[in-house]
Amino acid sequence: MKKEVSNLLVTKNIALNHDNFLIELKADSPVEQILPGQFVNVKVEKSPNTFLRRPFSVHDTYPVTNSLSILVKAIGDGTKALSAIKEGQYLDVVFPLGNGFKMPSKGETVLLIGGGVGIAPMMHLARISKEIGADVHILLGARTLNDHILIEEFKRYGKVHLTTDDGSLGKKGFVTDHPVMDGEIRFSRYQCCGPDPMMQAVARKAKQNETECEVSLENMMACGFGVCLCCVTKTHEGNKCVCTEGPVFNINDLEWQI
Amino acid sequence: MADLRVKIDKLELKNPVMTASGTFGNGVEFDDFFNVDKLGGIILKGTTLNHREGNDYPRMAETPSGMLNAVGLQNKGVDYFCDHIYPKVEKYDTNVIVNVNGSTIEEYIALTERINELQRIDAIELNISCPNVKQGGMAFGTSCPMAEQVTKEVRKVYDKTLIVKLSPNVTNIAEIARGVESQGADAVSLVNTFLGMAIDAETRKPMLSTVTGGLSGPAIKPIALRMVWQVAQAVKIPVIGIGGIMDATDAIEFILAGASAVQVGTANFVEPNTTINIIEGLDVYLEKHNYNNINNLIGGLQL
Repeated sequence: MKKEVSNLLVTKNIALNHDNFLIELKADSPVEQILPGQFVNVKVEKSPNTFLRRPFSVHDTYPVTNSLSILVKAIGDGTKALSAIKEGQYLDVVFPLGNGFKMPSKGETVLLIGGGVGIAPMMHLARISKEIGADVHILLGARTLNDHILIEEFKRYGKVHLTTDDGSLGKKGFVTDHPVMDGEIRFSRYQCCGPDPMMQAVARKAKQNETECEVSLENMMACGFGVCLCCVTKTHEGNKCVCTEGPVFNINDLEWQI
Repeated sequence: MADLRVKIDKLELKNPVMTASGTFGNGVEFDDFFNVDKLGGIILKGTTLNHREGNDYPRMAETPSGMLNAVGLQNKGVDYFCDHIYPKVEKYDTNVIVNVNGSTIEEYIALTERINELQRIDAIELNISCPNVKQGGMAFGTSCPMAEQVTKEVRKVYDKTLIVKLSPNVTNIAEIARGVESQGADAVSLVNTFLGMAIDAETRKPMLSTVTGGLSGPAIKPIALRMVWQVAQAVKIPVIGIGGIMDATDAIEFILAGASAVQVGTANFVEPNTTINIIEGLDVYLEKHNYNNINNLIGGLQL
């Protein structure tokens, strides 16, 4: 699908909890062509300190209404301004950007792992993986019960496993402390998005369990389409742009010390 | 439609809007967004004789109305350029210019000689102003004798249009401009990025792996504009204005200050269609102010 710069109509902005917002945008180009793991780069208005666009994973696509959604966690000036957008307003978006996750074959068992706002791309990936006929497990980690969102929605596409740092919901600890990662279930692949330390911990588990593992990196970027060369990560083939050569990487290609 | 054509030495530009090196890839990254042929020219990502990995991540920090970068001239070297990039940019019906970098004069010469063999490359932009490399780069552009020497040596091996890209990190940019003009530069482009830094107060660490980096974006525009104005007074060769240009009004301001053409840089990251929007905006401005030719506007600042 060709990249485009478009003003997309905001059709929904749902507050999921105190700081997470699900924003739905109506597109003109067919959203079926967007791959799970791809991202959009959003211009933020009414935020004087936000000069660059902000990248967001596509959370899911909705072919019936030809829409896509992003998950915005209001942390900084840009995301706070963005979370205040109203239905009927427009967002200036460059999309679709980057490469997607590897798609499963029918009958494969896969584990999708999301930590914090890193759960964002997992809904799209879970839905499409289920449609293909994969046996989908979804492991979601958050700090507390109150930080967990979209659990019921994830349950539509697979078996959901939960962790919290404080034990207020699901297994206490990090995602890697959950028994689903102890190696008993043979997954074809782990597919992961979250903070770097979490993804590196998942990568270590993947090595122990001899399981293929993909991670979606969130390096800071200026452009999102491969011209600024700011978002690089070290790979065995030298520096690669997270925006155009990722954001999804197989851990075997990265120079991570795991 | 007003006449937007301008000349930079032997180069004929359809309009004065070009793209700054390092902000436009090799052009092909923009093919999805618009027809690159519509631009006055494109300056490709900085090239060096040998492959460079560039600096470690993080290489970028957002700052008020701008950004710092410390990419460090990541590129695959001139052999890769000739074999893989040149065949892709040959197709463009616009001026295609290579940004040439070296850590020694010998490297600048060797690279220029290779680029000189490429028929479709219309000019080189001699980069003596990169703030993000340990050797060469800005060292050439912040010393008048060194700027003159590298210009002189490259001039000897290059017959096509030679543009020298100046560093703003100097006390007297007009003096450097006059120096490179005296050694045969056909045009100067200015400014490259300003040396700056950003600190994360929470972690008490620098935001860039290299501690310092180059500042660009609207934050630098007033200083860039002042420097373009000073240089335009000081030299007879054409001046290409660069520095925080986001829209047609910004471009007009640089042209009024004496720039014959402009380069759009950081704006390409934020709004990929900036250059095309500027070309349309220039035409609207000229019509509104009853100019039929943009050349009548160059240096037209009313004092």
